[in-house]
Amino acid sequence: MPRKTFDIGLVVEELSILDESGRADAALDPKLPEATLLKMHRFMLLTRKLDERMIMMQRQGQMGTFAPGRGQEAVQIGSILPLRSEDWYSPSYRSFGAQLWRGWTIDQLLLLWAGYFEGFGLPEGVNDMPMSIVIGSHVPVAVGLGMSINYRGGDQVVLVNFGDGASSEGDVSEALNFAAVYKAPVIFLCENNGYAISVPFQKQCGVRSLAQRGIGFGMPSLRVDGNDVLAMAAATQEAVDRARRHEGPTFIEAVTFRMEMHTTADDPKVYRSDEEVRRWEKKDPIMRFETYLKSRGLLNDAGIDRVAAEIEEELRVARDRFAARAVQRPEEVFDFHYAVMPEELAAQKREYLADLQQALAEGK
Amino acid sequence: MAMMNLVEALNLALDECLRERPEALIMGEDVGVDGGVFRVTKGLIEKYGAKRVVDTPLAEAGIIGTAIGMAAAGLRPVAEIQFSGFTYQAFHQIEQNMARLRNRTRGRLSVPMVMRAPYGGGIRAVEHHSESREAYWVHTPGLKVVIPSSPRAGRALLRTAILEDDPVIFYEPKAIYRAFKEDVPEAPETWPVGRARTLRDGDAITIVAWGAMTRPALDAAGELADVHDVHAEVLDLQWLKPMDTEALVASVRRTGRVVIVHEAPKTCGVGAEVAARIVEYALDHLEAPIRRVAGHDIVFPFFQVERFYLPDAARITRAVLETLQY
Ligand SMILES: Cc1ncc(C[n+]2csc(CCOP(=O)(O)OP(=O)(O)O)c2C)c(N)n1
Ligand SMILES: [Mg+2]
Repeated sequence: MPRKTFDIGLVVEELSILDESGRADAALDPKLPEATLLKMHRFMLLTRKLDERMIMMQRQGQMGTFAPGRGQEAVQIGSILPLRSEDWYSPSYRSFGAQLWRGWTIDQLLLLWAGYFEGFGLPEGVNDMPMSIVIGSHVPVAVGLGMSINYRGGDQVVLVNFGDGASSEGDVSEALNFAAVYKAPVIFLCENNGYAISVPFQKQCGVRSLAQRGIGFGMPSLRVDGNDVLAMAAATQEAVDRARRHEGPTFIEAVTFRMEMHTTADDPKVYRSDEEVRRWEKKDPIMRFETYLKSRGLLNDAGIDRVAAEIEEELRVARDRFAARAVQRPEEVFDFHYAVMPEELAAQKREYLADLQQALAEGK
Repeated sequence: MAMMNLVEALNLALDECLRERPEALIMGEDVGVDGGVFRVTKGLIEKYGAKRVVDTPLAEAGIIGTAIGMAAAGLRPVAEIQFSGFTYQAFHQIEQNMARLRNRTRGRLSVPMVMRAPYGGGIRAVEHHSESREAYWVHTPGLKVVIPSSPRAGRALLRTAILEDDPVIFYEPKAIYRAFKEDVPEAPETWPVGRARTLRDGDAITIVAWGAMTRPALDAAGELADVHDVHAEVLDLQWLKPMDTEALVASVRRTGRVVIVHEAPKTCGVGAEVAARIVEYALDHLEAPIRRVAGHDIVFPFFQVERFYLPDAARITRAVLETLQY
């Protein structure tokens, strides 16, 4: 037989647990504890409301350009759920939900996106990487973190979040290959939100599912309904368990949609129709999850209102804390370049400080 | 004391660091079973195993990127790029993560890694195997850049680089990998970061060089003394970042004249920075214009004619004599 199918031992599976009306597939329901489900709901709502608040602040000139994540809350909260604090989490720049879950304070995120160096400080008690601005560049680094876990032994894992556009970067391919070769305990969370700025998924690549990419590098890969927080949680848990068992990496394509502009500096009307956005509105991840929670009697409208009110208060307090911390410290810009500042840099700093004093004296 | 060439001395430094530091590891293309294409890592996989001497896939951004992650997690990777001409495949990882992770995390994470790469011409190599692009890294805040010029320096500086808590670019002058042997002391040495060293004393002129170019510089100095009774000081810069401004200024104060030698293209080569510092801090002591004997702003010539491109003792000697006559 000269020609036959060569079995690579991997297939792309697709997973969704909640249908669009919020009904769960009973056999697949991960049966998460009630308190966990309510916490997930709360963080999804917080993520959305923080987004709304930040857009407002940005329009009022209190926030720099940033990338809102409305519609992607289920990807964030579902995927971060199985992580332990000692695991590594490497976010993208649109990962607010997972970051909040990991313990980034709201005022910290506000500081970061308002352009204060202090915002870069990582939260204590978790192994988090800073967000990645250069598309895909954090993915090989995340694999290196995974390789360090193998080097030392232990059952930590690494979750790295990147986009559909990022999947085209060579960095991501190199990272997938390294992870597959070394069986690094890495979960590649590729958040396919349909667009890389203006470029739709169909123009980004020639595959039907990005999960094929994972398969192509030899790792189990799954295409998941990214607007279904239960499916995200179940899929990530499975991948995390596999990594903890030292069975190597997993690729998860989370299929979702970016409901807002790419960043606050972007106008999506140039490249996509309202109709397309409206279609996805029906699949809203929070609405869907709320229907599920209501059907299980875990939450009602009054309960949702109460959570929303608590979040509003939390945001108000955080905004005050942010305002108090939002202090320019131009004298800090020379810090943290080296373990010990070399003399040639110290000399430049002295010059800078003298200029700075002059500039401040002149009211700049 | 033992006599060894640069390859053996670098191998010794790696061996010592792997033995002493469980967090140190080597990674790169063909560094394991093969011992590296120049044999710098020869025998190490047999001693330390494949976990600590890692043969990687053929992907430079992957090598540097994953090394950065391992360093951020507290390991000390020494990543080899097979030839410096392929560091560009990892340029973004070096610029965007290796050099900046400490800053981006306000000091929470650091990147105590070394990127080793053989650089420079003179070995009759195929295209892209002869460049000297050290200036790229000198330009990047957050990096340190060092180039040894002899076996003893190689062993000491590589150890120094590995023990640094900052990312270090370690360029190896492959033209002199096996060119000569030198006595290397029994005990491992670390040398201060950012310090130049004087290879030959003199009072008539300062010749500044680094890496393989210290050899023609020393040859020229010998000829100048023997034939012309001119005593040139030869300063081996070693650290291009941070740079030993003090040593440059001190030498120029004594001699008043300077010739800078490097094989990298002249424009914006590190020699330009050396010249600028001398002008900034020792102009009053200069008795003649600073001369640069450098590579030209051209694609590195194919090997049949590379000897006409690379600075040699004759060009350096002429530049010195002309500077003295100014
Ligand atoms: C290497 C690189 N190229 C280009 C950009 C500019 N840029 C920022 S976001 C973006 C689109 C990224 O799309 P995707 O990976 O799908 O993530 P999403 O924004 O949809 O979350 C581009 C092109 C960048 N930041 N980095
Ligand atoms: Mg996208």
